[in-house]
Amino acid sequence: MIAKIERKSNFKGNAILLALVSVMLLFEVMIRIAGKGSLFAPANISNLINQNAYVVIMAVGMLLCILTGGNIDLSVGSIVCLVGAVAGVLIVNHGMNIYLAIVICLLLGILLGAWQGYWIAYVRIPPFIVTLAGMLLFRGLANVILNGLTISPFPDNYLRLFTSYIPAADNDGAQLAVSLSVAAVICVLYVVSEAISRRDKIRKGYATESLAALITKVVLICAFAIAFATLLGLHKGLPIVLVWLAVIIFIYGYFTSRTVPGRYFYAMGGNEKAAILSGIDTNKVLFFAYTNMAFLSAIAALVCCARFNSATPSAGTSYEMDAIGSCFIGGASAYGGSGTVGGAIIGALLMGVLNNGMSILGIDANWQKAVKGLVLLAAVIFDVLSKKRRKNG
Amino acid sequence: MDDLILEMKNITKTFPGVKALDDVSLRVKRGEIHAICGENGAGKSTLMKVLSGVYPFGTYEGQIVYNGRNCEFQSIRDSEKAGIVIIHQELALVPLLSIGENMFLGNEQGTKFNIDWNETYGKADQYLKLVGLNESSHTLIKDIGVGKQQLVEIAKALAKDVRLLILDEPTASLNEDDSRHLLDLLLEFKKKGMTSIIISHKINEIAYCADTVTILRDGASIKEMSRDEGFDEKTIVNAMVGRDVAHRFPSRTPKIGPVVFEVKDWTVYHPTYHDKIVCDHVSLTLRKGEILGISGLMGAGRTELAMSLFGRSYGTDISGHTFINGKEVVLKTPKEAIENKISYMTEDRKGNGLILPEPITTNTTLSSLYKIVKSGRRITIDRDLEIEQTKKYIAETGTKCSSHEQVVGNLSGGNQQKVLLGKWLFAEPDILFLDEPTRGIDVGAKYEIYCLMNSIVDSGKSIVMISSEMPELLGMCDRIYVMSEGRIAGELTQEEATQEKILTMILNSEKGRVKLHDSKD
Repeated sequence: MIAKIERKSNFKGNAILLALVSVMLLFEVMIRIAGKGSLFAPANISNLINQNAYVVIMAVGMLLCILTGGNIDLSVGSIVCLVGAVAGVLIVNHGMNIYLAIVICLLLGILLGAWQGYWIAYVRIPPFIVTLAGMLLFRGLANVILNGLTISPFPDNYLRLFTSYIPAADNDGAQLAVSLSVAAVICVLYVVSEAISRRDKIRKGYATESLAALITKVVLICAFAIAFATLLGLHKGLPIVLVWLAVIIFIYGYFTSRTVPGRYFYAMGGNEKAAILSGIDTNKVLFFAYTNMAFLSAIAALVCCARFNSATPSAGTSYEMDAIGSCFIGGASAYGGSGTVGGAIIGALLMGVLNNGMSILGIDANWQKAVKGLVLLAAVIFDVLSKKRRKNG
Repeated sequence: MDDLILEMKNITKTFPGVKALDDVSLRVKRGEIHAICGENGAGKSTLMKVLSGVYPFGTYEGQIVYNGRNCEFQSIRDSEKAGIVIIHQELALVPLLSIGENMFLGNEQGTKFNIDWNETYGKADQYLKLVGLNESSHTLIKDIGVGKQQLVEIAKALAKDVRLLILDEPTASLNEDDSRHLLDLLLEFKKKGMTSIIISHKINEIAYCADTVTILRDGASIKEMSRDEGFDEKTIVNAMVGRDVAHRFPSRTPKIGPVVFEVKDWTVYHPTYHDKIVCDHVSLTLRKGEILGISGLMGAGRTELAMSLFGRSYGTDISGHTFINGKEVVLKTPKEAIENKISYMTEDRKGNGLILPEPITTNTTLSSLYKIVKSGRRITIDRDLEIEQTKKYIAETGTKCSSHEQVVGNLSGGNQQKVLLGKWLFAEPDILFLDEPTRGIDVGAKYEIYCLMNSIVDSGKSIVMISSEMPELLGMCDRIYVMSEGRIAGELTQEEATQEKILTMILNSEKGRVKLHDSKD
């Protein structure tokens, strides 16, 4: 019975991963047949990461909002535009020290989030309305600041922070060596942590998974990491934005799964009244979710500025839909209370692979949108149906 | 031979695990006001749901004979077609629609694609006059008081050509004036030949208007009394009460210590209707090792009292003082209450207590997450410690589950209640408010909860138990406060307390209110 429950929950988590892998393989086959290279070409993998970094960052923030009860933030695209505009004005027009400018931009993000969070959490105006207003307000302000024009180019020392590679040298051998050794270190750390956790569990007499299953899992993950690192090393090395992503994913993954405040998000989304009576300040939780969302949007804005090397009035258009879509494709419940950072990231990657694969195949941009829409719907239908089946079963 | 409009014969209705109605019979004469009395859970509302088709024919056993014909209602629509209309305790009106629109909701005048608004509002005004409601039918429901809303419900029933009107606790949320007006209206309709069935807790109202009373107890019809044979408040109370209390409750030798918790002049106002007083200068004391009962009818303010004491989680304009071990404390949030070792277990375990889609572990530890953080860290949860603790409380409460990871929504009601109790025991309270701790769970699980309560107080903690089931209070509590309309109507020790005394206290308190009211006019 216990094993059954765990198998079911594992299956659900893995279903999205499975979908991602099968979509990737499908595209690979189609791209090969069309004779347009390969999805797994080193340059394309690197490209995929750079293209989708902003979505991953925002999906993580959006997940926290959605966890509180299916609440979404529509304003994130406009915040990307506004923060980008301010960054452009400070760095390009005024030549400000880039680190000071970055701090100001992040503070601006927090401020915008706190403004929305206050109305949502303490005055309890529906998030949909507050962030819809924010979407218009922030986009308008951004255009006022930019005066409708594009600001560019950003200085090299700024671009290096987000778009360079490790190592910086143009030496093919060094690149492969560095990325493989980083992967090796990560693999060793992972194996050691799994081993410690297993020893600990056995010592305390808790249930453990079978050794064979554990070894299979570890080998698969390590193999994936090394293959991934090889591909990156064959191109230009580790994209620096990947490091930032790893830091953000680690912090938020840990926060949601292992900390007390992280638990509050799930409790609030699961049953807000029960959470309140358990001594949880749900207003604070909601306030934090939206402040944090805008903070992460500001980071996404800085990444986008560097990637496009410009701040434009149309930056961030429809990014909110990418972020929201990623969370739902990644298995977050539309009513809140369930969903993981890992799921949201896989959702974001799935969207990214769809974009990338269809672009390589030369599919019309309008058709791309239609396909993405269907995938989003299919993911949520799958989620709802599987929940129903579990309830009946 | 009496002219019966309705005869329900040998009705038995079972829910999984519970026999809600057991061979109940009801005989209603044409043109009378027939009252159904009984404690909470006696089966009154279930019986009416059987009658009105909420539980369709086939889901119960027995026979319904209405106007001399055997009836097999499949839905409310069927029973309404036959002229049986039920007005539920919770009013079913749409606040943002007008009186007229509400009155003909589902019964729209004109054709499907062309509602005749003149007909709607014209007819509505006529029915409003009939029930003596002096409002325009264009007024929105949200703009009129509860008393008037109740009249709109009756007008709505009249518009459906009602021949048998059923009112479920019609005066539960009404003040004295509105209640009296409503009862007089029923008497007036009776003169015009309408039959009504009224379910009420308020025995004085039944004595005032009913021709016949049927008493239900534990899902069985105990007695039928008619006005000709003579009945009064006392005979009704006597018939409602009177069952074997012994052996349903585990015995305990109380070890009662000094006062640990004291409340003085606690006054609470309704959170949305700011002028409605919910708790009125309540003062009480709780001793160490004591199970203190709070008795009262629905709407007496018991839950509201407990929740407002639990970190002001209910009500506005709260005033009064609370003392723990003689020291005054001000608890502004549930968090502060938990930190001061007070817990409140809600009466609504699904709505306010548990997170149903989450496993037992997360539910158990939610009340006090900081107890399972890793040593030396501030916010990191130690999953292993969490599982260990959860297992401990599963064992302590005797929760039957497949594992600590089982989703709470899949547990039975009794086991859910145990998880909820475990959740609050995990917070290690000294003072534990239990609001209807045995509501909706089977007899066996009830006994287990009682045993748990005994072991809790034996370990030196104190319990405040709120319950609508009087035998349970009498069987478990060392002392009982009786609440009525937001005030403490009296206090009884275990030796003094009987159901008659409690009901009489409530009755006297209500009468006191009426007198107070009359003298003001």
